Amino acid sequence: MKLLGFLLLVAGWLIVLSALALLGGAGPQAAFILAGVGVEVLGLVIVVRAHMTGEHP
Amino acid sequence: MMPVRTMLMSDAASGLCLVFILLVPLAAAGLALINTGLGRSRSAAYAMFSSLCAVSVAALAYLVCGFAWQGYAGGVEHSLILGSKHWSWIGTGPFFLRHVTLDGSPPSLVALLGIVSVGLAALIPLGSGADRWKLSGICISTALLAGWTYPLFAHWVWGGWLAQLGANYGLGQGFLDTGGASTIQVVGGLTALAIAWILGARRGKYSTEGMPSAIPGHNSVFVLFGCMLTLVGWWGLNAAGAVLYQGAEPGAAVLVALNTFFCAVAGAMTAAVVTHTRFGKPDASLTANGWVGGLAASSAACLFVRPPAAVAIGLVAGILVVFSVEWLELRLSVDDPGGAVSAHAIGGMWGLISAGFLAHVPGTTDSQQWLAQLVGVATLVGFVLPLTYGLNWLLDRFQPQRVPPQGEREGMDMHELGAGAYPELVTHGEEFSGR
Repeated sequence: MKLLGFLLLVAGWLIVLSALALLGGAGPQAAFILAGVGVEVLGLVIVVRAHMTGEHP
Repeated sequence: MMPVRTMLMSDAASGLCLVFILLVPLAAAGLALINTGLGRSRSAAYAMFSSLCAVSVAALAYLVCGFAWQGYAGGVEHSLILGSKHWSWIGTGPFFLRHVTLDGSPPSLVALLGIVSVGLAALIPLGSGADRWKLSGICISTALLAGWTYPLFAHWVWGGWLAQLGANYGLGQGFLDTGGASTIQVVGGLTALAIAWILGARRGKYSTEGMPSAIPGHNSVFVLFGCMLTLVGWWGLNAAGAVLYQGAEPGAAVLVALNTFFCAVAGAMTAAVVTHTRFGKPDASLTANGWVGGLAASSAACLFVRPPAAVAIGLVAGILVVFSVEWLELRLSVDDPGGAVSAHAIGGMWGLISAGFLAHVPGTTDSQQWLAQLVGVATLVGFVLPLTYGLNWLLDRFQPQRVPPQGEREGMDMHELGAGAYPELVTHGEEFSGR
């Protein structure tokens, strides 16, 4: 689970980068950046919970 | 590969900037004292010794390859072209500072500031790994931080693609970080979190049911004196960053110093009031963490806000630090004796986010500055945390970073150094009965 969490962290960051590189309008860009941050938050929750249960990647 | 913009500074500005940079080691001395005071008495000499080693290894690693990869304005760099925009992602100068004339020129000042800054970043994880982190692990982990993680992210922030977010995508002025809230504080704080996770809690910290026990720091005087030293070091750090990275006139150091000071005092006083309200008396160690959290937060926007805004930033930082220390220890089972994750990572992130809403660059519009700051924070959490965790996890596979149980039992001083800081004191071991 910890590995999955870290992969989600990286995936969220890649969504943020993609939003910058591919989207032109301010609204869609902000929305996708926020979505990327949301994915990162999910990944962080999974990493933290995996750590609390003593799992290792 | 392309050259970036050049820097121009007057002799007076260069001289003042050199003075600012020479103050920064006082912040390192302060952090070392804080980490030592918040640890156990039987690890006190080791805490100071390992701080010295970390600063030394960081400086050497940065000399070998770190500065080459961080680069400077006017140096050469690699850029990716995405959608017709240049994304500068790493410096490509030669190793060992061979391309820098060490004569007070802006690149030489950037190199000097980088060397002392990376030492400061390297001290932060020592707070979370206190009382159980091997010296060999500290040295190799520090070399990875100073030779790769820090320079790469510092390049992005001070000249790279994060700094170009304004010019390329219209996100305010690009990612703003005057004195290293992200590059030093959050990078160091996230590495501290990775180290705390990899090492695990100190023996006796948690019962078999997961309930934490208090292991108070052994010397509050060290901690509080360390806070005073950090202030002077932070004045130098933020002022030098303002002049070198943001192109401010040296006179702006007055505003920077005031804002730095107000952030720190607001953070400390908030922490003192919150702990007094909750526990009946102010808590010295949490107040010290509030002070450091305020300083960490100040580094982002100290050049771009007025003192009342700095007070607000420090006030929120103090609240965040107090509650996050408790949250990490009680809810998330993260054993961080020095409060490094809360003070540096969370305090620094708050400073970066607050800059998105409170910072104002004269003569510009601030549209979407908050989005530039959010992209920077997302990069820290989504790239730097996995990177620093992965590097330290790999290191732990090949070279276990935690001392054996006997080492913790007899204390890091005896185990790693063979002599204690306080030889007249008797070592007690009651706290090991639980686990």
